[in-house]
Amino acid sequence: MSVIVYIDTLNGTVAKSGLEAVYYGSKIGDTTVVTNGSVSDDELAKVGNYGASKILINRNLTENNPAQLSKLIQSAVDKTGADTVVVAYDLIGKAVASRVSAGMKAGLAAGAIDLPVADGTIKVNVFSGKAFGNVKVNTPKKVIGLTVNSLSPEEIGGTVTIEDFNVDCGTSAITIKSVEKQEGDILLTEAELVVSAGRGLKGPENWGMVEELAQTLGAATACSRPVADIGWRPHHEHVGQTGYVVRPNLYIAAGISGAIQHLAGVNGSKTIVVINTDPEAPFFKAADYGIIGDAFEVLPKLNEAIKKFKANN
Amino acid sequence: MKILVCISKAPDTTSKILFTDGDTQFDENGVQYIVNPYDEWYALVRALELKEQNGGEVTTITVGTPADDSIIRKALAIGADKAVRVNMEAKDAYSTAYQIADYAKSNGFDIVLTGKETINYNGSQMGGMIAEIMDLPYISIATKMEMNGNTATIHREIVGGDEVVEVNTPFVISAAKGMAEQRIPNMRGIMAARTKPLTVVEPVSCEELTSFVSYSLPDTKSECKYIDADNMDELVSLLHNEAKVI
Repeated sequence: MSVIVYIDTLNGTVAKSGLEAVYYGSKIGDTTVVTNGSVSDDELAKVGNYGASKILINRNLTENNPAQLSKLIQSAVDKTGADTVVVAYDLIGKAVASRVSAGMKAGLAAGAIDLPVADGTIKVNVFSGKAFGNVKVNTPKKVIGLTVNSLSPEEIGGTVTIEDFNVDCGTSAITIKSVEKQEGDILLTEAELVVSAGRGLKGPENWGMVEELAQTLGAATACSRPVADIGWRPHHEHVGQTGYVVRPNLYIAAGISGAIQHLAGVNGSKTIVVINTDPEAPFFKAADYGIIGDAFEVLPKLNEAIKKFKANN
Repeated sequence: MKILVCISKAPDTTSKILFTDGDTQFDENGVQYIVNPYDEWYALVRALELKEQNGGEVTTITVGTPADDSIIRKALAIGADKAVRVNMEAKDAYSTAYQIADYAKSNGFDIVLTGKETINYNGSQMGGMIAEIMDLPYISIATKMEMNGNTATIHREIVGGDEVVEVNTPFVISAAKGMAEQRIPNMRGIMAARTKPLTVVEPVSCEELTSFVSYSLPDTKSECKYIDADNMDELVSLLHNEAKVI
């Protein structure tokens, strides 16, 4: 088997989701990474450590336009004869993978959370995290859109060769006017630890304790839908069925009752801690650890306990 | 301006998710179907707002069976001018996108709008596939769209931020939260929807690239372990030693 993995390196680094896709690809077959932009060779070398043997980079393509990236990936498939394309199924990956699938007439397993099994089916997320589907791709070539945070990539210690691949990808019909990056270092969708809060916090002025706990843990902050809707927190923190779906190792929810639409966004979390004054809050049914208590008292105490733990470990 | 809005059905967000026939079919027993929220709240309503500002016509398209006519009438009640249903069960993303692209190509639209994903299959494939088949630009997961003549200024989500882009018609765009606010159909809209045209067209031949062979439910969570609010050291110890997440 021969695999093409597309990774987004436009900001000069290989994101964690990219390393996941490389590692996933290497478990299927000989993996060639395709990317674009002006990322350094040192940074690119990282992917060798996660299982890629080769990198094809188009240095002329300095924007992420799905139509052009789709052409780039299809050229890479033509060159290597790959039968599988793997793309991290994030905001750009969704647009790219669906274009590649239609362009190559190769079935797309959208939102894969595991490797293909012996009969060729691939497990994907469906029903907003409430169920899994096993997808069979009926075409000889397949495209896999890998859900972010669905596996832990391991370092293999391999090396990679880097080759310029400046193929013609056409012109872009889309003009980028401006880019605004959100504040904070940790991306919610890539975060391994998340501290989230809801209406139980009573007002935006009380988010200091959420941010402090997140800072102590090295976690991203998130919120429930009502909190984003009334403008206490920005929309890019909204987790749930109509917001972001997250799959961290640890999700701490304070003052969120746990409506089914919110749970749909956090079901994939490994461990869920729920803090709520109401012992009947539905979130406790989805929780691994529950604390019946006031977030205003519990969050600062938890912050102190974690500080103490960090100091001793 | 001619706008085509892709409308899919989805089970109501409070539906119990179960499977039947040896876990090969979604159990529709007691399930209420609605218009997929992303298609309705964001794609359709933004299309109607653009029509109200600039004139034109809003057509909806659904790949589905006669059972889908009720959600199509709902879209007409909200304000779409007319509806098209491609008469086949939507199973695979590519074959569904192919039907929509085929209709759009032969009827000529300035904008093809979809929701960013359906809430049952979450594939987020439709917009990209339609765009690739039609060889059009695709702007995914857009949160804002303004038209100035033939030029659209669009805000879209990218990893870790937002991007503002410009594109000329025709193009394909998928709509996310922020594009518009939900509209509740009024009685006049519901009455009018009964007489608006709903055209049924037969599908063109197209292979299915994927199929769902079975489904499963997540393991049921083990009982929640309660920790005293005054004993956060215990929680930290459990997170470290038992859950191994810190």
